[in-house]
Amino acid sequence: MLPTLNGRIQTRIFLLAIVGGIWTLIISPVLPGLGGAGIGEIYRMTFTVLVTTIVLGIGWELIYHFIQQFRWEKDWPTLFGLITVLNEGALVWLLLRLGIVPGLPDGVPLPAFLILFATTWIIVWIIANGPMRVPFIHWRFRGGRLV
Amino acid sequence: MREETIQLPGAGRAYRPDPSGAPQPGDLTPELIETDWWSDDAVARAGIPVVDVPFVSVGGGIGSFVTVDYLRICGVPTSAIKVLTQLEHPWESYEYLTRVSQIPRKERLRSDSASCPDNIWGFPSYAVREAFADKSFRSLWQVLVEPIFADYYTPKAGHAFETMEKEYRRISYPETVVKGQVRMVRRRIGGGYYTILTPPEKSSRTRRIAYRSKYVHIAVGYPGLKFLPDLQEYRERHRDYGSVVNAYEPHEQIYQRLHAAPGTVLVRGGGIVASRVLQRLIDDRDARGLQTQILHVFRTFVTGSHGPNIWMRRRGGDGWAYQGFNYPKSVWGGQLKARVRKLEGKDRADLYKVFGGTNTPIRRNWQEQMRRGRREGWYRPFQGEIIAMEPHGSGQVRVELKTEHGPQHVTVIGVVDCTGLEADISEHRVLDDLLQHGGAGRNPVDRLDVDRTFEVRGTRSEPGRMYASGTATLGGYFPGVDTFLGLQIAAQEIADDLTRQKFCRRLGPLRSTSQWWKWARGKQI
Ligand SMILES: Cc1cc2nc3c(=O)[nH]c(=O)nc-3n(C[C@H](O)[C@H](O)[C@H](O)COP(=O)(O)OP(=O)(O)OC[C@H]3O[C@@H](n4cnc5c(N)ncnc54)[C@H](O)[C@@H]3O)c2cc1C
Repeated sequence: MLPTLNGRIQTRIFLLAIVGGIWTLIISPVLPGLGGAGIGEIYRMTFTVLVTTIVLGIGWELIYHFIQQFRWEKDWPTLFGLITVLNEGALVWLLLRLGIVPGLPDGVPLPAFLILFATTWIIVWIIANGPMRVPFIHWRFRGGRLV
Repeated sequence: MREETIQLPGAGRAYRPDPSGAPQPGDLTPELIETDWWSDDAVARAGIPVVDVPFVSVGGGIGSFVTVDYLRICGVPTSAIKVLTQLEHPWESYEYLTRVSQIPRKERLRSDSASCPDNIWGFPSYAVREAFADKSFRSLWQVLVEPIFADYYTPKAGHAFETMEKEYRRISYPETVVKGQVRMVRRRIGGGYYTILTPPEKSSRTRRIAYRSKYVHIAVGYPGLKFLPDLQEYRERHRDYGSVVNAYEPHEQIYQRLHAAPGTVLVRGGGIVASRVLQRLIDDRDARGLQTQILHVFRTFVTGSHGPNIWMRRRGGDGWAYQGFNYPKSVWGGQLKARVRKLEGKDRADLYKVFGGTNTPIRRNWQEQMRRGRREGWYRPFQGEIIAMEPHGSGQVRVELKTEHGPQHVTVIGVVDCTGLEADISEHRVLDDLLQHGGAGRNPVDRLDVDRTFEVRGTRSEPGRMYASGTATLGGYFPGVDTFLGLQIAAQEIADDLTRQKFCRRLGPLRSTSQWWKWARGKQI
């Protein structure tokens, strides 16, 4: 991808909120290890994870943008967009464990978190690397800006 | 006659008056030639028939094709468009240049997976389509790990041509084509433009036909690819056109001579064409067990990373400056595109210098071949310049070089010059006429000055507009103009501007998606 800082942040918020939101709606009820919890509680938990990812993501984008400055092409290889699932996932998990994330009922089981986080990430990454260009034909030429 | 430029397909002969001196019906009159703005009366007085059409595209190469593609997708009917060209199909000139410069259909191009002249969305990209066609994950893996763990994926030339042909049929492009050579475009009193076409001989009862349109798009490609003066001088003085060649002209004879007998060849230049020629020489050497010796002269011998500061350092080594595409990738969409868009005058020209210059992609197979050649001593790259060339018995050429180790003389069976020198825009008749009579001007790097919308500045004839795309516009607010993606970016800017003039429909999310769906099903529009 060829993002600008503004484009990164806009794309991040848009894709995670819309695509990630729909996916979270779909997958939450079937996540493993949440048997005891009511559906409202599950959604509260999964959407908190999503919102945390969006909010922290804005910080991450600043770092990625800085790293991108060392690249002659000023591009962001497709692979980088995928492997950053590791650092971002780890940070969200850490904050959840430390209980720093506001509004979260404690005790998110790791398998549920991993499935939720990884699947959302991959779907968003795939869409950002192709299908996004179909409805938004200007998007790839504007560094990922939508507005 | 001095043969200064390389002949390309479609670059028809300039107008020669009838040798008998008899005036031909419907020709340009002195009155028309001398006036910048034409009245309908003046054109009628000259007896030139007039065809009315809203949009005219001049050139008919890939630039015209992707622009027409965009407009068709934005709902413009074929009856509202005329493409004036000498080509049989839009990729003819491009295919010729790639073929002679050693990219036959099965070899890979330079541009990336999402630079698809047949698909304005760039999705599914070439790599995805190749994976489906070949039922193989190879190309997908490559786009996943490029450029870190693999070279940039680039499509096969044949794949690009076949898909373009499909789109060419889908959008009914042939219905827009009119054959002939464009002589000039002049502004019309009362708005819009006259484009003067010289139709093929005997195909029309008049010498010229005038296309009266509100909009004109100029996409004439290279104003001319020039031979370097030393090459031209050798050829003219010694009447030897076969041994000292430019890589953009057919030069199979050089490879054939090397097949027939062992010999040394001198390659000049540090761009992708030099890389291709080396690959061909080394592939032949490997496949046929030849003993070819390759001397490779660089004018600027790059030894390592270079650039003004740590934020702008390009890789290099062994003579070459390395870069995947002809500009840093983000000029086609990201940071550098946004940055250049804001720059004016000298600041823009300076930035162009930083990321311009001759360069070639770093490809693993090329690196392996050159490493082997250097190790085994049959490939010798060096810094230098050719001072003189002379025939040297039995079809050889003796070359005098100035190098960092002093003068050197070598005897070779051929010199392949891989430096391309583009002619000034004024050497193209239509562009020159625009500079002289059309109100057009030059940009900070001396080419045609276009706005961010690709409108040619100074040529407006309200409510009409004139646009240009391709290499003639290099130096503008968007650098990557002479590439598939650059031509599509220009097409998008032009279509957006035409949407504001209400000439075509807006490509918002709904229309874009429904049009893409038609594309995906191959539905004719
Ligand atoms: C060897 C080579 C390799 C390239 N590889 C790539 C690549 O891998 N990827 C990439 O993105 N880009 C590549 N490019 C760059 C670019 O995409 C092509 O050159 C492309 O063809 C440019 O399109 P165009 O419409 O500007 O010019 P062209 O395709 O050349 O079309 C312009 C046409 O206008 C016609 N014309 C000119 N004057 C008149 C007139 N007065 N009347 C009528 N017709 C006229 C000419 O016949 C000419 O054919 C490459 C270029 C070269 C030379």
